[in-house]
Amino acid sequence: MKVKMLSRNPDNYVRETKLDLQRVPRNYDPTLHPFEVPREYVRALNATKLERVFAKPFLASLDGHRDGVNCLAKHPKSLATVLSGACDGEVRIWNLTKRNCIRTIQAHEGFVRGICTRFCGSSFFTVGDDKTVKQWKMDGPGFGEEEEPLHTILGKTVYTGIDHHWKEGIFATCGQQVDIWDEQKTSPICSMTWGFDSISSVKFNPIETFLLGSCASDRNIVLYDMRQATPLKKVILDMRTNTICWNPMEAFIFTAANEDYNLYTFDMRALDTPVMVHMDHVSAVLDVDYSPTGKEFVSASFDKSIRIFPVDKSRSREVYHTKRMQHVICVKWTSDSKYIMCGSDEMNIRLWKANASEKLGVLTSREKTAKDYNQKLKEKFQYHPHIKRIARHRHLPKSIYSQIQEQRIMKEARRRKEVNRLKHSKPGSVPIVSEKKKHVVAVVK
Amino acid sequence: MVQDLQALDSHRKEFKNESWWGIRAAKSLLAPREQEELEDLPNDYPSSTSEDEGDSGGERKHQKLLEAISSLDGKNRRKLAERSEASLKVSEFTVSSKGSGERLVLSDLLEPVKTSSSLATVKKQLNRVISKKTVELPLNKEEVERIHREVAFNKTSQALSKWDPIVQKNRQAEQLVFPLIKEQSAFAPMEHVLNAWKARTPLEQEIFNLLCKNKQPVTDPLLTPVEKASLKAMSLEMAKMRRAELQRARTLQSYYEARARREKKIKSKKYHRVLKKGKAKNSLKEFEKLRKTNPAAALEELEKLEKARMMERMSLKHQNSGKWAKSKAVMAKYDLEARQAMQDQLARNKELTQKVQVASESEEEEGGEEEVDLLVPDAVNEAHMTADGPNPWMVRNHSDDAKEAEIQKDSEQLPEPMANEASESEEEERPVAEEEILLKEFKESQLLRKMSGLNQDTKPVGRQETEDSSTQEVLSKLRGLSQKLNKDNHQCRKQNMGSVRTVLSTQREGPAGEEEEPLLLQRPERAQTLEELKELSKEGCFQNEELPRPALEGQQVERNNQPSAPKKKRKEQMIDLQNILTTKSPSMKSSAVPTIEELEDEQERKQKQMIKEAFAGDDVIRDFLKEKRETVEASKPNDVDLTLPGWGEWGGVGLKPSAKKRRRFLIKAPEGPPRKDKNLPNVIINEKRNIHAAAHQVRVLPYPFTHHQQFERTIQTPIGSTWNTQRASQKLTTPKVVTKPGHIIKPIKAEDVGYRSSSRSDLSVIQRNPKQLSIHHKKQLKKN
Repeated sequence: MKVKMLSRNPDNYVRETKLDLQRVPRNYDPTLHPFEVPREYVRALNATKLERVFAKPFLASLDGHRDGVNCLAKHPKSLATVLSGACDGEVRIWNLTKRNCIRTIQAHEGFVRGICTRFCGSSFFTVGDDKTVKQWKMDGPGFGEEEEPLHTILGKTVYTGIDHHWKEGIFATCGQQVDIWDEQKTSPICSMTWGFDSISSVKFNPIETFLLGSCASDRNIVLYDMRQATPLKKVILDMRTNTICWNPMEAFIFTAANEDYNLYTFDMRALDTPVMVHMDHVSAVLDVDYSPTGKEFVSASFDKSIRIFPVDKSRSREVYHTKRMQHVICVKWTSDSKYIMCGSDEMNIRLWKANASEKLGVLTSREKTAKDYNQKLKEKFQYHPHIKRIARHRHLPKSIYSQIQEQRIMKEARRRKEVNRLKHSKPGSVPIVSEKKKHVVAVVK
Repeated sequence: MVQDLQALDSHRKEFKNESWWGIRAAKSLLAPREQEELEDLPNDYPSSTSEDEGDSGGERKHQKLLEAISSLDGKNRRKLAERSEASLKVSEFTVSSKGSGERLVLSDLLEPVKTSSSLATVKKQLNRVISKKTVELPLNKEEVERIHREVAFNKTSQALSKWDPIVQKNRQAEQLVFPLIKEQSAFAPMEHVLNAWKARTPLEQEIFNLLCKNKQPVTDPLLTPVEKASLKAMSLEMAKMRRAELQRARTLQSYYEARARREKKIKSKKYHRVLKKGKAKNSLKEFEKLRKTNPAAALEELEKLEKARMMERMSLKHQNSGKWAKSKAVMAKYDLEARQAMQDQLARNKELTQKVQVASESEEEEGGEEEVDLLVPDAVNEAHMTADGPNPWMVRNHSDDAKEAEIQKDSEQLPEPMANEASESEEEERPVAEEEILLKEFKESQLLRKMSGLNQDTKPVGRQETEDSSTQEVLSKLRGLSQKLNKDNHQCRKQNMGSVRTVLSTQREGPAGEEEEPLLLQRPERAQTLEELKELSKEGCFQNEELPRPALEGQQVERNNQPSAPKKKRKEQMIDLQNILTTKSPSMKSSAVPTIEELEDEQERKQKQMIKEAFAGDDVIRDFLKEKRETVEASKPNDVDLTLPGWGEWGGVGLKPSAKKRRRFLIKAPEGPPRKDKNLPNVIINEKRNIHAAAHQVRVLPYPFTHHQQFERTIQTPIGSTWNTQRASQKLTTPKVVTKPGHIIKPIKAEDVGYRSSSRSDLSVIQRNPKQLSIHHKKQLKKN
């Protein structure tokens, strides 16, 4: 006689390995899980606190240069390779995973002004104070070979910057004018000028590759079209722009690092008003680089700190500094968007995490879900005062802190004066100028 | 004149600016030009004389001057000579009447007599030159550059605008996964990678030499030709597609298998019964369809069915030979149910094995219906079995009905009281709808009856033929009721109004049903009952004979609304019909002739009444006042009673501190500030604000939100797995940007997002002739 028995499918309750969690059937009846908002609030608060606890962004310092690091370049194909040029004309190639220098070249006499890699990663270009443009092979010299550049171009004037085209064998240098070179030729195929001032930096647009942007010491930013061999437009700001960087995901957006402590994000089709003014630095901004996701950028400043800004926010979300880091001259965001490198005056290149509290390495799926959940909670409750206070809290060096206070006072005074002037003058006689428009002097067609 | 000369001068200046050809043309044509100027002179002259009559001397001088000028060129004279105007001053040989200052010049003589023919063409050319506008001064360099820049900028910004939708999409995306395009891992064979490699260092060279000596493959292809061919045989997409197809087929197959297994497992008898029935129905339907479209095929089908029946007959399926049947046979001694089941099975067997007779007309006449009903074993065989009369396809769909009918037949055979009981019980089971159908049936039959007139002798079978199958079905259902009514009628007749009925019956229907045999009786009996009804109503409204027909209908409906009224009551009702009618009729009349206004008023009143009734218990205002009083009381500070019982006096259970002491130690709370809503009777302002909670609360509405409710809603929806299913919480916590460690994220490309990137490379564009570019710009400039 067959006896019927209660039976369960073992798949429903047996775990695959003993490391798995026991399967727990859940009851989602809301009455069984009350106080969802307060509980999530507490979780968010804890997540925020933990984020601050684990915020240890500094990873490594690459030392070896014998003078201030003047320029950095990423390898387009290899995440581990970084190139740097120093103020004594030395170029070093670093391996980030091993955190050591793999090659040293005495490239120029005087500063290495600019360095850029070819789009395929087979060679790189440097420009120096010795009025030369040099092309180097990425791989080291073979056995018994001399360390020599592939090509050397001797120019008439000093080149202050160089950038390579993103798809073709063309590069652009700047100095007295913007020159566009074919790699095969020793003279520029096209020179573009507008005004007579030294141009400090030139950058190719990574998406619409025929576009270039440059900034000159007469406070202007000039855009060029390489195909039509003509400048397009010029915007004059309050103070000098040190460098610009194009957004790699949005073809018409670029950000300019300015001497007036601010960064300006422009839509190149409407230069008269910047899309966003990013302010937090307390000294001249020297360099800027976009995250490859195009959502954030990092800026290096003379105030011995680097800051990370979301593209659509005017205030920075993060500031990195160390006691030993001096004026930061150049900064780069790595191509996997996880790390930031900065080269500074005191001869070191520093490697930072882009997200200060991010756990490195492979995450288990549970860790991943927990991370996502915490992130979402922080986002959800970010406006609550306690959470906001904890999330925003940063320790700053005394110099920067006092500078910030000072500038706050100055700004307040200026604002008060403006308000007073507005109040005591005939209505309409004093125009109200928005913060964005304040810094743009003129747009020249 | 002076003006003319000036004009001439200006022309000359212009000519200087012209090209060399223009200048030459102008030079050669200068003379005719002057000529033209001078031609106008005589016309001017008379007017001037008339104006300046006084100083003729000056005039003469002027004339002389003119002539002197004209004499500069020899051709003038000829022109002047051609003049046909009658004048003293102008002679044929240009000799004036005064004759002063006229001299023959050698050049005059040397002039050719004839006019050169080439002059006209040159003149034309000159005219053309004059009619042409002068070329404007070229713009200065800066301005030209500015225009170039502007044009180029417009072009570029237009080209950039194509990115707008993509940028917008990416900015608003719920989630962006980088790298945007997954890179296909490059598959390069080893030999390709090693092609460029060369041994350089001494160690390398040594090893290389060793390898060469041993004939190891270094640069030879590491892949055999077969492998290569297999690599090339199928493209990746093809392979993917094929795999997807196979996958789909496999899943479908497994799905159907699983379904079949599941269905097979189901033990429920009811399910299987229903399934079988459904199948039978379907087959029947198909058969119907087939019959309509293809009779031959239908016949074949029929034969098949017949064969199936024969098989059934031959096999011993429903005899007492099976396992189940044997077990039942054991139990049958003791268990009534088992016995019943066995009997059922045997009955079924009988049904199935019964040989079908070809139905003759006479048989049909006698008891066609009964025969048919008996021969309906199950739905499949039904189609065949119920074939009767001229239309053998008239099929009864519901075997249930058939069975019912069977039962009824059986009951008819039984003695009267039994039948009565059965019908009663059946009646009670029947739902309302059925009864309605029944009544309709009555009416129809009545109509039919009227149509047929007095000729009631026709057999019901004939009528059955005319009627459609549905009515037949209903009829079978009716039998029980009709019987019942019949009985009632008997009673009625006997008790109350036998005489009237007989009169009417003789009037209307000759053959009363009682005399005939029961089967044929059915119909007439039912008719009788109807007649009865009518009679009753007529009797009822004997006083007011003009009873409207709707009233009768209403009465019928009234009857319908009583679904399972016991039979005994039915009779009373029938007697009481008059009462119902009398009560109903006034309302009917009132509803038939009401004015519109009255109706509306009534409606309003009703509405108000309804609202009042609905909210009878609610007194909102009082509730609010009470609430306010309570809140005010609650917000008042309490007095503090510091009395300690037992101090200075006796204490214990049931003893209270003295009033004096209580008064002494009671600290009265100070009056708080007046409430804000003191003078606002309709408002309660909450004056409690929890400072501790406020520290955690958001003070201002954050930026992207436009209303506090939006914000609150986002806060109040939990996202954790405690409150959501795993899938839902995963969805709720997806990060906005996902990047993979170790993957290079490249800038977005036009090709990636579906745009066509510019076909020409940037390099080739710049290396084109720059002059072409400028011409192009000029064209654009003109357009602007």
